[in-house]
Amino acid sequence: MSLSVLIILPLLTAIALLLCNGFRQVRVVALSGAVVQLIYVLWLLGAYWQQRPAGNAAAILFEEDLTWFASLNIHYHVGIDGIAIAMILLTALVTVAGILVSWPVEKLSKEFFFLLVLLSLGAYGFFISLDLFTLFFFLEVAVIPKFLLIGIWGSGRSSYSAMKLALLLMGGSALVFVGLAGIYFNTPTANGPTFDLLQIAQAGISTDVQELFFPFAFIGFGIFTALFPFHTWVPDGHSSAPTAASMFLAGISMKLGGYGCLRMALLMPAAAQSYSGIIIVLATIAIIYGAFATMMQTDLKYINAYSSVSHCGFVLLGIGMLTKTAMMGAVLQMVSHGLMTALFFAAIGMLYDRTHTRQVAQLGGLLKVMPFIATVFVIAGLCSLGLPGLSGFVAEVTVFMGAWQREDAWYRLATILACASIVVTAVYILRAMGKVIMGPLLVEGTGSLLQQGHVLSDARWNEKLAAVLLIIGIVAIGVAPFWLTELIN
Amino acid sequence: MNYSSYITLIPLLPLAGFIILGLFGKSLTRSAGILGTFLLLVSTVLAFYTAYNYFFVSGKINGIYPPVTALHYTWLSFSPGLSIDMGVLVDPASVMMLVVVTFISLMVHLFSLGYMKGEDRFATYYAFLGLFTFSMLGLVLSTNLLQIYIFWELVGVSSFLLIGFYYDRPAAVAAAKKAFIVTRFADLGFLIGILILAYYGGTLDFNMLIYRLTATNLSPLTQTPQIGFMGISLLTWALVLVFIGGAGKSAMFPLHIWLPDAMEGPTPVSALIHAATMVVAGVYLVARLYPVYLLDEAVLQIITWVGALSALLAAIIACTQTDIKRVLAYSTISQIGYMLFALGLSGYGDTATGYSASLFHLFTHAFFKSLLFLGAGAVIHFVHTNEIREMGGLRKLMPLTHITFLIACLAIAGIPPFAGFFSKEEILLAAWENNRFGYILGLVTSGLTAYYMFRLYFRIFWNRTPSYSNHHGEGSWTMKGPLLVLAAAAITVGFIPFPHFVAVNGQEEITVPLRFSIAPVAVAIAGITIAYVLYFKNNPLPRKWALAFRGMYKLVRHKFYFDELYLFITKKIVFNGIAKPAAWIDRHLVDGFMNGAGWATTRLSESIKALQSGSVQNYMLYVFGSIIALAAVFIYWT
Repeated sequence: MSLSVLIILPLLTAIALLLCNGFRQVRVVALSGAVVQLIYVLWLLGAYWQQRPAGNAAAILFEEDLTWFASLNIHYHVGIDGIAIAMILLTALVTVAGILVSWPVEKLSKEFFFLLVLLSLGAYGFFISLDLFTLFFFLEVAVIPKFLLIGIWGSGRSSYSAMKLALLLMGGSALVFVGLAGIYFNTPTANGPTFDLLQIAQAGISTDVQELFFPFAFIGFGIFTALFPFHTWVPDGHSSAPTAASMFLAGISMKLGGYGCLRMALLMPAAAQSYSGIIIVLATIAIIYGAFATMMQTDLKYINAYSSVSHCGFVLLGIGMLTKTAMMGAVLQMVSHGLMTALFFAAIGMLYDRTHTRQVAQLGGLLKVMPFIATVFVIAGLCSLGLPGLSGFVAEVTVFMGAWQREDAWYRLATILACASIVVTAVYILRAMGKVIMGPLLVEGTGSLLQQGHVLSDARWNEKLAAVLLIIGIVAIGVAPFWLTELIN
Repeated sequence: MNYSSYITLIPLLPLAGFIILGLFGKSLTRSAGILGTFLLLVSTVLAFYTAYNYFFVSGKINGIYPPVTALHYTWLSFSPGLSIDMGVLVDPASVMMLVVVTFISLMVHLFSLGYMKGEDRFATYYAFLGLFTFSMLGLVLSTNLLQIYIFWELVGVSSFLLIGFYYDRPAAVAAAKKAFIVTRFADLGFLIGILILAYYGGTLDFNMLIYRLTATNLSPLTQTPQIGFMGISLLTWALVLVFIGGAGKSAMFPLHIWLPDAMEGPTPVSALIHAATMVVAGVYLVARLYPVYLLDEAVLQIITWVGALSALLAAIIACTQTDIKRVLAYSTISQIGYMLFALGLSGYGDTATGYSASLFHLFTHAFFKSLLFLGAGAVIHFVHTNEIREMGGLRKLMPLTHITFLIACLAIAGIPPFAGFFSKEEILLAAWENNRFGYILGLVTSGLTAYYMFRLYFRIFWNRTPSYSNHHGEGSWTMKGPLLVLAAAAITVGFIPFPHFVAVNGQEEITVPLRFSIAPVAVAIAGITIAYVLYFKNNPLPRKWALAFRGMYKLVRHKFYFDELYLFITKKIVFNGIAKPAAWIDRHLVDGFMNGAGWATTRLSESIKALQSGSVQNYMLYVFGSIIALAAVFIYWT
């Protein structure tokens, strides 16, 4: 098994895309690349599974190490553990689904798919990197396409949103860079300063260095995963982005931040311990305040974007609690939220394509005319409100159980507030669902079209396939969570 | 006895029905209902077989029926000792529920074949029924606190889907949302209660938890000095919070507001979910944790009062409602209040009678209440309205419905020898022995119950006959059959020596002295008599009485203004007071800062406008150029 294939495949796909002519060719190439990648990831998962029973107890598997810049001791060092492979699996699923949903994109399709593939490449590279510089490099590779995707193919105030997103994420990157550089220069190992995650972990970072640089790295990564109060790029960015970009943004890109935060907390446990209180306060605010803010939204994409702020709060809460169970919950929540929110955005995109509005007030009773899409919407909504049997419940209950292990009264209060969000979530999800999916049929955007006998069509094959793929992921975690928890453990 | 070979099939068959009908229902049309019903028939047979094996083949060991964990595997592991285990717990209470749930569900499946005939989403309806039955069976068989929570939520969502079955009716959608959100709110309490019990009990498993908490000094919750919060011990907190979850599901005051609205769902669904099975889950939950509840008398006393007040207030409201299903809904609240009242009575010293009486009433109530609902369904099917003021004289037009409805009314009113008489007697006896004031409340409720049920009965089947536009018959045999079977059950199930089967300490029997029955039966007959005077014939008396007690009548008719109160809390406080400011702050204060930064950037970009060529290739070039430049700067930094 070679992890580099995970990067080479998207790279080849991207190059092939540049050589294509016409959007028909482009989308076939993009989809084939993503599907091959998914198959490879599944194969990797199988290989990983075989290692453990075979007695391989190493923390990191499939390592590869090449010197990149010898003078600075930068390596292309990759390897995966269970957490990384869970994130890679998520990335592969969302990529395929995103490309399927973008099937009809004709405007600059070559560039569009190129950027999508580039984004996934960055994510894969990020998740497998064991060298902090390589990690940062791939993080940047994943950031830039987002700006362009929103700016060029976006809707509404797209240039404003793209700018906002780019500013905040670049700012986040800068903080991350300061944090990582701080670690690099202040970790004495046998071979001088190093970016190597494993060597740093082994050598240990002194407590004052940790306390100095942890906030930089953590806030930096936190911005990517909607850390309060740096979350404001999320609603605007998501709502302006084209469907696939929203899916990638919430499904993959926000997870880069969560994953980075988790790695930082594991790498610098002393600092994580001393800042744990602050992290929890911010996470709890994001969870409960995000949920209340969602209640007042009128645009479906804003609803899902604000709800992402609330849900990503669970990731940060799980990390901040620092118990093993809570951190496991954080990883579960990342995977679950990635699948669920991608599904939600896909469903919203499908509705928008047909009705040309995302305003809740202008829609109603769509179950009657597009039962498949409506069902997808309902499943995504139920997953979001933490219905058992779907992945959201598994993740949330794990975070709660882990968080409750912290006995201090303030930690308990934070946990209770986080628990309370399940009620608020139910309110805003059911309000949206009750209006858009149920109730009397109403489509204001195309009302006149309807009168002319225009039929609102249900999902096409590509949309069905994308939805089914994501739903399989959600149900597989929700019904049988043990495979994933064993993987992460 | 080894149950594991077939017992899992009991919940899994309805689940299979849900999956098959959910995916391929459209192409099955009419046979969808038959398939669903058939699967449930098999489940029901297996459930009865289990009960037979458990009670008669395995029998008692040392005077009690031993609990058996028939299946058990780790589903989600949190930390050593704490995990969600999916399992099947076989004990007297769960076997009893198994029988009730499968049997009532089967009757509803059959009834719906006729009642829902011609519905657009016939297959979907049966798919949802399958989902509900699966979830409810999973709930009663749970071995683990979070397992029961999982199925608890699943019955909640099935209820949501079925209440909102007529999804294009705004009232149905609103009712479905209300039901889900109110119970979700209560479930928050349940969840936090679980967190406390699991953390300090060190386990989520019911039997283990009961063992740890009842044995001395195994859990910090029961050690002295007790750990507490705000001067109340954590054990009390946990048990109250868990009970809040139960009270929400069981529609106890003040969380009852969702149940009357839930009547927007199809009537057979009301019979199944909102009368016989799901709404008694709260009673079942407290019964499941009963040994733990016995540790804390204060909580049991709270349960008693919540139960008694719900029983009384709901009965009062039921007297003034004119929608047939809403009367029945309030009656359900009232009867479940009765059950919780009985369970809580153990807080006053006596430990056995209340438990057994409560579950006995749950058992008998399931039959006669689902019969009442199905009867109401048949009536609504015939007259096409829920409003009892537009009904009357139906005894001649619907003879079979009339007789079965009368039987159910007699059963719920507590007239011997119908089923309700026996279970109510035991509850009142337990009250008499433990809490005399509670006994009085119970007696008054009993009289009110007899009154409002016979008000309904006389109004629908006697009184003046309006002209009905509809002239089709009473309905097909798929509708009449279940009515007959349930009526037979409502007559006979009272004779089952229930405490022999389901009791806490293996107590054999509860003997109610004959003279004790005089007062309850007299009160019931008084209630029936008043109803007869007022409603047997069309007369102006009811209106006169309502006018005489105008103020009180208005208060009760508006259900003590609970809905208005909740509307105020949600609209004025939660929406305008919390959500709106949160959204405003986010857009204006938090984001204001970001926009300031954005404005500065725009100004900056004005000056480098030349770079914005609008061509993606150029952007790409910048992108890669910057990355390389960044890397280069970095490499040669040192």
